Amino acid sequence: MTDHAVASSRAPLEVRGVSRRFEDTVALSDVSFAVNAGELFGLVGPDGAGKTTLFRILTTLLVPDSGTATVLGLDVVRDLWAIRSRVGYMPGRFSLYPDLSVEENLSFFASVFGTSIDEGRAIIAPIYDQIEPFKDRRAGALSGGMKQKLALCCALVHRPEILFLDEPTTGVDAVSRREFWDLLGALKKSGLPILVSTAYMDEATRCDRVGLIQRGRILAVDAPAAIAARYPNPLLAVHANERHKLIQSLRDYQHAKSVYPFGDEVHYSDARTARAMDDIVAELRTYLAGSGFTDVRVKPISAGVEDAFMELMGQPEAAVKAAA
Amino acid sequence: MTTAIDVRNLTRRFGSFTAVESISFDVRQGEVFGFLGANGAGKTTAIKMLIGLLAPTSGQARVAGFDVSTNADDVRRHIGYMSQRFSLYEDLTVRENITLYGGIYGLTDSEIRDRGDALIGTLQLGRSSDERVESLPLGWKQKLAFSVAMLHEPAVVFLDEPTGGVDPITRRQFWEMIYTVAERGTTVFVTTHYLDEAEYCDRISIMVDGRIAAMGAPAEVKQRFGAATLDEVFLGLVRPAGVQTPQSA
Repeated sequence: MTDHAVASSRAPLEVRGVSRRFEDTVALSDVSFAVNAGELFGLVGPDGAGKTTLFRILTTLLVPDSGTATVLGLDVVRDLWAIRSRVGYMPGRFSLYPDLSVEENLSFFASVFGTSIDEGRAIIAPIYDQIEPFKDRRAGALSGGMKQKLALCCALVHRPEILFLDEPTTGVDAVSRREFWDLLGALKKSGLPILVSTAYMDEATRCDRVGLIQRGRILAVDAPAAIAARYPNPLLAVHANERHKLIQSLRDYQHAKSVYPFGDEVHYSDARTARAMDDIVAELRTYLAGSGFTDVRVKPISAGVEDAFMELMGQPEAAVKAAA
Repeated sequence: MTTAIDVRNLTRRFGSFTAVESISFDVRQGEVFGFLGANGAGKTTAIKMLIGLLAPTSGQARVAGFDVSTNADDVRRHIGYMSQRFSLYEDLTVRENITLYGGIYGLTDSEIRDRGDALIGTLQLGRSSDERVESLPLGWKQKLAFSVAMLHEPAVVFLDEPTGGVDPITRRQFWEMIYTVAERGTTVFVTTHYLDEAEYCDRISIMVDGRIAAMGAPAEVKQRFGAATLDEVFLGLVRPAGVQTPQSA
């Protein structure tokens, strides 16, 4: 119990040098970060980056090869039983009982943790109120958005002290995603620390801080705006009449560092970090006009998290794994 | 201008529930058409009808010149299809998947070999051609699945959320592959939850509750709704003011 005394001064989640392999695949490589009290922390990266492996380690379902992690001050390997009753975990795959009703699922999860729906009512109310009209419906017959809300209720009903959400918005439409993040914002206000993973770069801005993760490695940990602000090159949004040709022409431009489509614009980053922005804009306009484009618009912009992610990942994943 | 997909009052009911309600649109040859909508709006039901897997309750659709109700077999022979959920056989190697699908599409052995070589060369998968597909990163699986869906040079290819979960650079490479096949004349019918990708389409439609609520070039659609982004348009259509759910209010 002395651990608890120590725990009170610690961050609710600390990960130090965690690595994990599966045969010759490196799933996690020297991952370190912390989630502070009351923080909404996002783990942002594509499928296969190692997010789910990390969640399984932090929820004591998998043991790291090396490194340590503490949840609520408890060691994820040594103190697994103490951790399990105090965390909430919503796995990436729908993991409720499809043949049980909404209410039966929730009662079941409450009873596993020795509590009841009534005792957990206060924390789940904002979410459960929306699905309670369907409490007698089989969980398997719910729409995607309602399944997600039920799964969140089941992860919260025992009043956990930290919440782990593994890709809660995967495959969910843009509007439902936005609503889910609104819910997380409301939960965060109650002081609950939350670790949430996502492959959607635009969701990073909803977090207090994020860890960008790719191929098992953390690329950066910071507030989303701070990560974006460290973008090293001049960045411009370019628009012209023919986008596909525009991308190719910009790539052929001698000072191009990277050229990526972004919605109805193309983000161009210039290799010359010391060149004045006004000069870059003027030169680029001249180049594009000379290449026959019309309706050309060029404007300097600040990088977003997705720009930063692509800059930090450098190369897309190779098809062949590097020899380990 | 050749019409690749021609949909007239296409409707599908399940009991008393109307999943797709009298939708009409056409897609011309070589066009990249984005088929958007919220979860449960009826997109999947509509796609199943267009690829000849589900009979319409009423209305007509012709895909690659064939009626989906009366000539479903012909439709399936002239289209390609891939989705995030089902694409390739994970236990087979890259080359084995190509051979298997080539056979299913009725290609000759030499066509399978030649097109397979070309595909592996284009994707630079030479070193991985004897690797099992499960060992490839997701982005590569998706690029390979798209290429395999194009093996028989279909007139129309259906891509159902092809880039979900893919890293941001590979996602953009995937769209360059889409542009390339469209420029060669293949019609691309694609669904996505990434609204920035909707901007890459020549035209889009947005389905709401079984109906098409908006259609046109992305710039036209934004202009018509007085919105700066497609995200705004989408939000406005899916959650019109007054019926916002409590948490979005």
